[in-house]
Amino acid sequence: MRTYAHPETLVTTDWVSQHKADPNVRLIEVDVDTRAYEEGHIPGAIAWNWQTELCDTVRRDVISKTNLEKLLSRSGVANDTTLILYGDNNNWFAAWALWQLKMYAHADVRLMNGGRKKWLAEGRELTTEIRAVNSTTYTVTGYNDRYRSFLRQVEKTMRDNRFVLVDVRSNDEFTGKILAPPGLPETCQRGGHIPGAKNIPWAQACNDDGTFKSVEDLEALYTSRGVTPDKNVVAYCRIGERSSHTWYVLNYLLGYPNVSNYDGSWTEWGNLVGAEVEKG
Amino acid sequence: MRAEDYRSEKESLAGVPITVETYKIGTVYYCHIANVDPGAIIARAQGSSRERAIEAALQKTKSRLA
Repeated sequence: MRTYAHPETLVTTDWVSQHKADPNVRLIEVDVDTRAYEEGHIPGAIAWNWQTELCDTVRRDVISKTNLEKLLSRSGVANDTTLILYGDNNNWFAAWALWQLKMYAHADVRLMNGGRKKWLAEGRELTTEIRAVNSTTYTVTGYNDRYRSFLRQVEKTMRDNRFVLVDVRSNDEFTGKILAPPGLPETCQRGGHIPGAKNIPWAQACNDDGTFKSVEDLEALYTSRGVTPDKNVVAYCRIGERSSHTWYVLNYLLGYPNVSNYDGSWTEWGNLVGAEVEKG
Repeated sequence: MRAEDYRSEKESLAGVPITVETYKIGTVYYCHIANVDPGAIIARAQGSSRERAIEAALQKTKSRLA
């Protein structure tokens, strides 16, 4: 079995168990279900709330540089801290956090392979105690704008053969059969997908235990649908979080050189007046 | 403390594919019900037994999907 292109961005539950008390390692739990942390979490881990702490809560945007600096400072994170992110549901929102941290150029941020599910299933140590952290003064030192795509860029790329769009939503969302997954609000006016996009649901990159599939399986999954490393890949979903997971897989596990996340995603495109939409 | 008796099972509720995740921490059983894709939480509940936690979470799920 081959190794991932960037294995330094992924750690095992064993590694976390051995390093959870390391002063240069900070564990952050980022769950879809923001109350899961309270039930029990990895000793030493703190929690970030994706709904309030990892976005701009006034205008629609990712977290600002200033607010990220405040978040990292109060989380006790220094510029040289090794950040380990983990969460429920195959690290869904942990990947969303990682995408933003990579954009803001934090040097060492990694996912715990398998996330919260694997930690629980393995019966590893949990606590409900919340770790007190000493604040730091974190300064963002860079910004990788190539990791993010905006509407105008996507409009140009949809007819460019050098680009490929990957819609990572469920097939029912992709075809337009449904406007939103069951239990979630319908936040778009039209169903379907951006013309030319390939449908590869995000969770197909994971095994049943929440860990990532092997390089061989991932390569087969993406290349069989025309998502190859010679292309500029733009991933999107509904609000940009599932696609941040796919962005991580293509960028760091397969080593594709040009991958971006269109976080405006279907809630932007599917509400545009006059935008081209493909169904089926 | 540790999670015990962790289970994650896919089921269907009124035609909607759901994931029912259960485990016990301490003396409390937890049940989380999510849609299968993307896996967003629909309902959560806890109880003194696995069955009670599932029953309570299913009731909330039915109400939210109605």
